[in-house]
Amino acid sequence: MFGKLSLEAIPYHEPIVMSVAVVMAIVGAYIVGWITFNKKWIYLWKEWITSVDHKKLGIMYFLVALVMLIRGFSDAIMMRTQQAMAAGGAEGYLPPEHYDQIFTAHGVIMIFFVAMPMVIGLMNLVVPLQIGARDVAFPFLNNLSFWLFAAGVVLVNISLVVGEFAKTGWLAYAPLSESTYSPGVGVDYWIWALQISGVGTTLTGINFFVTIMKMRTKGMTLFRMPIFTWTSLVANGLIIASFPILTATIAMLTLDRYLDFHFFTNDLGGNMMMYVNLIWAWGHPEVYILILPAFGVFSEVIATFAKKRLFGYHTMVWATVAIGLLSFMVWLHHFFTMGAGANVNAFFGIMTMIIAVPTGVKIFNWLFTMFRGRLEFTSPVLWTLGFIITFTLGGMTGVMLAVPAANFVLHNSLFVIAHFHNVIIGGVVFGSLAGYTFWFPKAFGFTLNEKWGKRSFWCWIIGFYLAFTPLYILSFYGAVRRMQSYPNADWQPLMIVAWVGAVFILAGILCTAIQLYVSIRDRKARADVTGDPWNGRTLEWSTSSPPPHYNFAHLPVVNSIDNFWEEKQRRGGQALPGNPEQTEYQDIHMPRNTVAGPVIGAFSIVLGFALVWHIWWLAGASALGIFVSFIMRVFNDDIDYHVPADEVRQTETEHYQQVQMQA
Amino acid sequence: MGRKPYLRPLGALLMAALPFLISGCSSALMDPKGQVGEEQRVLIITAFALMLIVVIPVIVMTLLFAFRYRESNPDAAYKPDWGHSKAIEVVVWLIPCVIIVVLAILTWVTSHSLDPMKPIDAENEQNALEIQAVSLDWKWLFIYPEQRLASVNEVAFPANRPVHFRISSGSVMNSFWIPALGTQIYAMAGMDSNLHLIANEQGTYPGRSTNYSGAGFSGMTFDALALSEPEFERWVDEVNSSDQTLSFEDGYKELAQPSQSVPVQYYSDVSPDLYRNILNSFREGKPDEHSTTEHSVPMSAETAE
Repeated sequence: MFGKLSLEAIPYHEPIVMSVAVVMAIVGAYIVGWITFNKKWIYLWKEWITSVDHKKLGIMYFLVALVMLIRGFSDAIMMRTQQAMAAGGAEGYLPPEHYDQIFTAHGVIMIFFVAMPMVIGLMNLVVPLQIGARDVAFPFLNNLSFWLFAAGVVLVNISLVVGEFAKTGWLAYAPLSESTYSPGVGVDYWIWALQISGVGTTLTGINFFVTIMKMRTKGMTLFRMPIFTWTSLVANGLIIASFPILTATIAMLTLDRYLDFHFFTNDLGGNMMMYVNLIWAWGHPEVYILILPAFGVFSEVIATFAKKRLFGYHTMVWATVAIGLLSFMVWLHHFFTMGAGANVNAFFGIMTMIIAVPTGVKIFNWLFTMFRGRLEFTSPVLWTLGFIITFTLGGMTGVMLAVPAANFVLHNSLFVIAHFHNVIIGGVVFGSLAGYTFWFPKAFGFTLNEKWGKRSFWCWIIGFYLAFTPLYILSFYGAVRRMQSYPNADWQPLMIVAWVGAVFILAGILCTAIQLYVSIRDRKARADVTGDPWNGRTLEWSTSSPPPHYNFAHLPVVNSIDNFWEEKQRRGGQALPGNPEQTEYQDIHMPRNTVAGPVIGAFSIVLGFALVWHIWWLAGASALGIFVSFIMRVFNDDIDYHVPADEVRQTETEHYQQVQMQA
Repeated sequence: MGRKPYLRPLGALLMAALPFLISGCSSALMDPKGQVGEEQRVLIITAFALMLIVVIPVIVMTLLFAFRYRESNPDAAYKPDWGHSKAIEVVVWLIPCVIIVVLAILTWVTSHSLDPMKPIDAENEQNALEIQAVSLDWKWLFIYPEQRLASVNEVAFPANRPVHFRISSGSVMNSFWIPALGTQIYAMAGMDSNLHLIANEQGTYPGRSTNYSGAGFSGMTFDALALSEPEFERWVDEVNSSDQTLSFEDGYKELAQPSQSVPVQYYSDVSPDLYRNILNSFREGKPDEHSTTEHSVPMSAETAE
């Protein structure tokens, strides 16, 4: 009846897990109670859960990412604590059984459920506004993508309390992830969480690629698109090309584990080297899916706050496209030590280094954007400056790793750990936080507190260098990744320095939380009614904040790259909206909310859970539920409506009056 | 700095780390004990230095431009519409290109000269000592086919004599690495990987698996003893005097059972087929239904790809 599931699956004997579960239950009960008490369920259902509004979906993505950041960071600080303790024969406080789950969960959560939703959240919020569109190409699909992603998040969190998570490392290399060596349900949780959220990501990729290609407003040619939209376009192209590889690879592993196939097993013709090749054929483009939109954020931030045109726009675009193409030709650099011949290794090493050229060009372009500008040191700018320096160092260690003969002694060591945190924290995290601060007023109509934003930045950057410089040093002593304990007592001081770094990063996360709190508290004083708090350059700043659900009362017409900024220059620096009394409005065609998205997401959670625990009847029932919901959605013709012109006029008049009042 | 008391513990920590930074010169990678490791040390430093040609100017320019063109500096030029300069663009493409061309040549050359499959002394290849290293859950088995002996979690070889490691796995993937000597190579079931190393100084060097392989991974360490010839002879005699023997049918399967932090063990009278049997056990059928066929030639990782 319940497959492999029994009450023993709940780890009562683990005090850490149980206390986390209790805290999660209390927080969850509090939130549910608060919503019920304030009678917000219907509001939540109508305005958020079923919403197809890309701005709201973007906010929800980012919110989930911030929550999961806390989870992923808890894993990080537990690992740093363990390694600070377990020196010279000491066992620390986490047995391998537990420690191995933690580093696996840390990697999976940070990449799939923090970095990805931050980047996708920003794309959701910003891209349609930047191209002057009223929504994405497939609004229902956008809602569905979010709920499939959320289903993956839920499955990962269930694994904390019911059963276990994978103990394989974040990429679950075969044959360790095969049922012979990992008989528990941990890998199955990994499989279904990634598979379900991966489908969501693929749909997002298709959705945004089509949106950018087909829904740009009049006059916005490809080479007039803002750089963030360009980087999003390339990133979504990469999603479309690479995520199916992940899906297929995990599907083959699933066949191995569930139906006794032998794709990647040690015996009977299985080939684990194929798994490693396939997973990196997805895995390397994946890091560019994350970093390219971050590059886009920095480009927007630096041009806006230097109050100057972005230097070398065309170069930026071509560098982005080049990085996107090259990202598919370098995957073997993740396993030079597998024993491919010298020619193969040298080829992939050189291809990897070539990526450093367009990346280096981008860095110089940001520098020359500051050059002859008027740089305002806001917190997004601090994140950008911190990024340029940190990412350059990370790029340097990346090129060192790309030399196969040097990689033979650096591979799998803490050097690799330090390198990819160097580029992912310095690039993706800094970029996401810069973008968060930069576009927050667009999403909510008030700016974030600068003082706490800057404090957060300083904690993060000091914490980053304290946490990861020691790892670079230790790698030269032969320290490798994923050690639960190590015999060398003399490594301990540096491990403790790394732990202090993690505490600084914790302080940075707390500063961000405080920043959010004080900003919401002071939202009246921080309100921005113009919709353009930074004197922005691109279309998203030309509408009100938060924008009406239809984004633009009239679709804008674009004549140049920084169209909005140039328009303001012509009008003496101000962009007042036209008087609604003297403007014609037309009905606006908009998509309706969808029930199918959240319902399919909920069925997906049940389906994933049932498959993990081999509860076949439940898996069948939930798969049927998904199918029926989908069919019902397909036959539903009432999926769009028109906003009457009068309603548009009323909304625009209110905004106009507010701006007038403040002026 | 004195104004901000919270920075003091930070400074103290950095001071505590300073000896490490200085003694970094004596780390395994920066003070290697073999020819391969030495060439890799030079390579790492060269690549690092080449990259600094770009990295240092970028960091200096970042700080300089940000400071010079700050909003509160009315003396600096302000050209809001300036966004293109052919000269600058050519330079910023050219400099990284030149450095990458140099690095690419270096990469090509060193990928071949430091190819792990290449014998250290090609002319006297038969002079090299063959040691077969097999990763098990969670220990290392070293087989000496010529000497017909084996050891667990300890490997010995004469200094200044090339060693030809043949590396495989009896379980999941691991990676065989002696940091002081250089290159690591994956250990994979059914695969026969080659790694040529040499120790140019006598000593005891820690070795380990670098690729996570499950619960006992952290304990997959071993000592590599680089001995003088007479010392090595004595070590061989000592191992030979062990009353434990090992063959695929007899003893290997028990040894292959998962166990953690295994102490050093010696085996004498080891079957010369052991390594091949281990490889073959993954090539046909299930491991426990193994059959030895004389014709099955061990395939190398490269040919299998």
